[in-house]
Amino acid sequence: MDHAEAFQGNEREIVTFRVSDQEFCVDIGYVREIRGWSPTTVLPHAPDYVKGMMNLRGTVLPVMDLSLRLGLGATEATPRHVIIILVVNDMTVGLLVEAVSDILTVSYEDMKATPDIGSTETKNFVEGFFTVDDRMIRVVDVTCVVPANTGEPR
Amino acid sequence: MRQKILAVDDSRTMRGMLEQALTTAGYDVELAEDGKQGLEKLENDKPDLAITDINMPRLDGFGFIEGVRNQPFLRGLPILVLTTESAPELKERARSAGATGWIVKPFDEVKLVAAIRRVLA
Amino acid sequence: MNSKTNLRELFFQECEDLLESLTDGFAELEHDSTDMETINAVFRAVHSIKGGAGAFGMETLVEFAHAFENLLDEVRAGENTVNPEMLSLFLQSGDHLADLVDAAQSGTEPDLVHGGELLAQLLTLSNAGGDAVPAAGGAPETSCTNEIGDVDFQPLTLDLDSPLSEGEEAGPVVMRFTALKDLYVNGNDPALLFRALEEMGDLSVEADLTALRSLAELDWDEPAITWTLTLDTTRTETEIREVFEFVEGFCLLEFLSDDPGSDTPVDPAPPHSAGPDATAPANASMAGSPTDQDSVRSDGPTRKAAGTKNTIRVDLDRVERLINIVGELVISEAMLSQSVTEMKLDSDNKVGTAMGQLKQLSSQLQESVIAIRAQPVKSLFQRMSRIVREVSQTTDKPARFATEGDYTEVDKTVIERLVDPLTHMIRNAVDHGLEDRSARAAAGKPEQGTVTLSAAHRSGRVLIRLSDDGGGINRDKVRSIAEARGLISPDAELSQSEIDNLLFLPGFSTNDEVTNLSGRGVGMDVVKNEIQALGGRVSIESEPGCGTSLTISLPLTLAVLEGMIVEVAGATVVVPTNMLRETLRAAEATIHAMGPGDRVLASHGEMIPVIDLGAFLGFRTPPQDLSEHTLLLIDSETGARIATVVDHLHEQREVVIKGLEKNYGQVVGISAATILGNGQIALIVDTDQLFEKSRAVQPSALFDKAIGA
Repeated sequence: MDHAEAFQGNEREIVTFRVSDQEFCVDIGYVREIRGWSPTTVLPHAPDYVKGMMNLRGTVLPVMDLSLRLGLGATEATPRHVIIILVVNDMTVGLLVEAVSDILTVSYEDMKATPDIGSTETKNFVEGFFTVDDRMIRVVDVTCVVPANTGEPR
Repeated sequence: MRQKILAVDDSRTMRGMLEQALTTAGYDVELAEDGKQGLEKLENDKPDLAITDINMPRLDGFGFIEGVRNQPFLRGLPILVLTTESAPELKERARSAGATGWIVKPFDEVKLVAAIRRVLA
Repeated sequence: MNSKTNLRELFFQECEDLLESLTDGFAELEHDSTDMETINAVFRAVHSIKGGAGAFGMETLVEFAHAFENLLDEVRAGENTVNPEMLSLFLQSGDHLADLVDAAQSGTEPDLVHGGELLAQLLTLSNAGGDAVPAAGGAPETSCTNEIGDVDFQPLTLDLDSPLSEGEEAGPVVMRFTALKDLYVNGNDPALLFRALEEMGDLSVEADLTALRSLAELDWDEPAITWTLTLDTTRTETEIREVFEFVEGFCLLEFLSDDPGSDTPVDPAPPHSAGPDATAPANASMAGSPTDQDSVRSDGPTRKAAGTKNTIRVDLDRVERLINIVGELVISEAMLSQSVTEMKLDSDNKVGTAMGQLKQLSSQLQESVIAIRAQPVKSLFQRMSRIVREVSQTTDKPARFATEGDYTEVDKTVIERLVDPLTHMIRNAVDHGLEDRSARAAAGKPEQGTVTLSAAHRSGRVLIRLSDDGGGINRDKVRSIAEARGLISPDAELSQSEIDNLLFLPGFSTNDEVTNLSGRGVGMDVVKNEIQALGGRVSIESEPGCGTSLTISLPLTLAVLEGMIVEVAGATVVVPTNMLRETLRAAEATIHAMGPGDRVLASHGEMIPVIDLGAFLGFRTPPQDLSEHTLLLIDSETGARIATVVDHLHEQREVVIKGLEKNYGQVVGISAATILGNGQIALIVDTDQLFEKSRAVQPSALFDKAIGA
């Protein structure tokens, strides 16, 4: 899906998921597919939140532990865990999460700003949140979570 | 039946232009990249007219015309020479080699068709 | 896209090929300036560019190509001889022609000043240019340009000064026309001429058969019929005469007055008489004697005739898609093959045989598909020869450009993206690398410096090396500049190669004042970044007094690689085998400790550094006991050797290279990844970086960062 188009209009669909007992979401426009966890190949000298590389039908892509990235502790991945495959800035990446809960339709006008209390990670990687039936759904800022590919060695 | 024209030129661009112009004008077009290939194609394709460039590798336009005129069954084939030079000497040379007429490049479709119609029944 | 645009595209594509064959031709002329075949090929290339440019109304290009072509034509006709001065003009003119083509393609303004100078030189060297200048003439260049332009591009018309000229339109035109034998021989047909006349107005034709003999006496070759043609038209005589243009000289044509009483025959402009000469007095000297031209015009076969290549042009996206699909196919095949192996079928089972065939076919398919995108670096190298010429001229440092491995094939996109970094490197090599004339003379070197560009496949990568025979890097100067700019601390201990590598630091420039060539605000750091963006590396070597060479090592994107699949620290990784010399069990080798933690292998009297691959990748600390491990002896480009410790060897096989750059980025120590038969990803070790590691240097933190090690 074309990203520019994905954000037109206020009514949007979001995919919600659980990470370390908190509920998060991303715009469905970023989501390419959702897969069960399978072991990844560890990359040398990579940041700790990069779990490794996975093979998605011939495409080699990095998988990130979203919990660790958000400062919520490392995930002990099991086959019940889920990888959400996102396309961000032309890069295809996987986010390791506990479980996908819902697809909801929300209006971005209803998104509330992140309260100024959280950790650095939360401030950097959470754009805001929605409240839906007493649930607090944090909007992950995917462009910040996925580090830009500079072409420089990492 | 549509008339068939064999166009011989070593330039891809020129072949493309000839093909387009001639097809638009309602002719069937066969292409060759030099005189040698042109002579080979003549035997199979039996065109009603040949258009040939002068400067070509392997066998140039003069050689091609000579080759055509030396074959009894092809002797009457009308041949137009494509030339960027409208220098009279070159035309004279083309004619004495046996060309039926010439087209000065760059040609437009009107000029091209007019020249063809003067030599092709 | 309409058809006209298509043809334009086609033209520019063809120009690329033609310009390439032009450069080839000039290179050959440098060796043998009298080779007719080459001169003919060069002439044809310029001629074809002119022809196409004319069709698209690119006048500047036509004018220049025309002057260039004329001079070449004189050489071809033996009227002019190629001397070094002319050859140099040819080279520059070829460059300018390429510029004009570029300008026409991009719709930008070409350098008309430089073009004008070259044009003037072309005309000056041309006999015709000289001859055509009237003795008393004021501005020679201008006048002969115009003359040449006008004469050649004017459509031929017959003599204009006949009685029935323009403006005299009234009344029917009466002509008497007799076809001669040659008219038929050349394939003309009077009936068609009449048809053409008919299209101009009301035509009546009367045949005069009096000269016709009886059938028995008839000489078929001698035409005997004379026609009287009456054409009621508003067209001018010039237009009417144009109909007879092709048969001029093969017929008798008289223009009779419409009044049958006053029969004034008109000279039918015999071909060998006034016509041409009268209209174009400057002509004869220009086009040269026809007989001379004839003798060379019977072109022999030409080796590298652009026109005889049998090629099609395909959209790159399609090729890309195909390559990806085939890559998937190869991986699926490997997975299937592994499953079949696990089924432990009988050796004569048909599935096994079929698998073998499938494997072979898919690998052939892959090779062929990869070859589609691969292009020889030749065209890239040719572009660089021009840079050498230009810089050499501007800096007054005579330079010879040599190339090796022109036919080394590299992915097309990689070639395109190498243009900028290579251009900059070459500018540097001539401008900074080569010494000036006096310094070279003092060093006992030939006045002309040499810049060599070479390409080769090595270790599943492409190596492009640029060397010069200049003075080498002035390390003291480099070091003091780096210190002055605060790039290194004055007490830093740097090896020679580390000093050389300082050149890659951002903002480093060895020239105190920025020269107008190399110092266009671009340093070697930019070159390095561009190469890194391609997944490549640049390294520099220099020998004082002998020269400097820069080596670019690039991955063959999407290619396959022969690798040893090994197990280390629980990970499966691939070690490229092309530089793998030997494998041996550590238990059977002689290994000595060297200082704290370092070890060397004693082998054939050599002391080879031992590096633990697991530690290199950051997966573990080097194991104390190596007895259960295996050593891989790997050679470097420069002949160095290391022993790499791994846990187990699996198998040696071909793997498909999957880049990490797109979705992640470059990874230190890893060149790419591959997908194994079980679908798992294995990383491919970058052996070159193992060598960097083995040098065990302690560079300053800044330096470390700058070279990305």
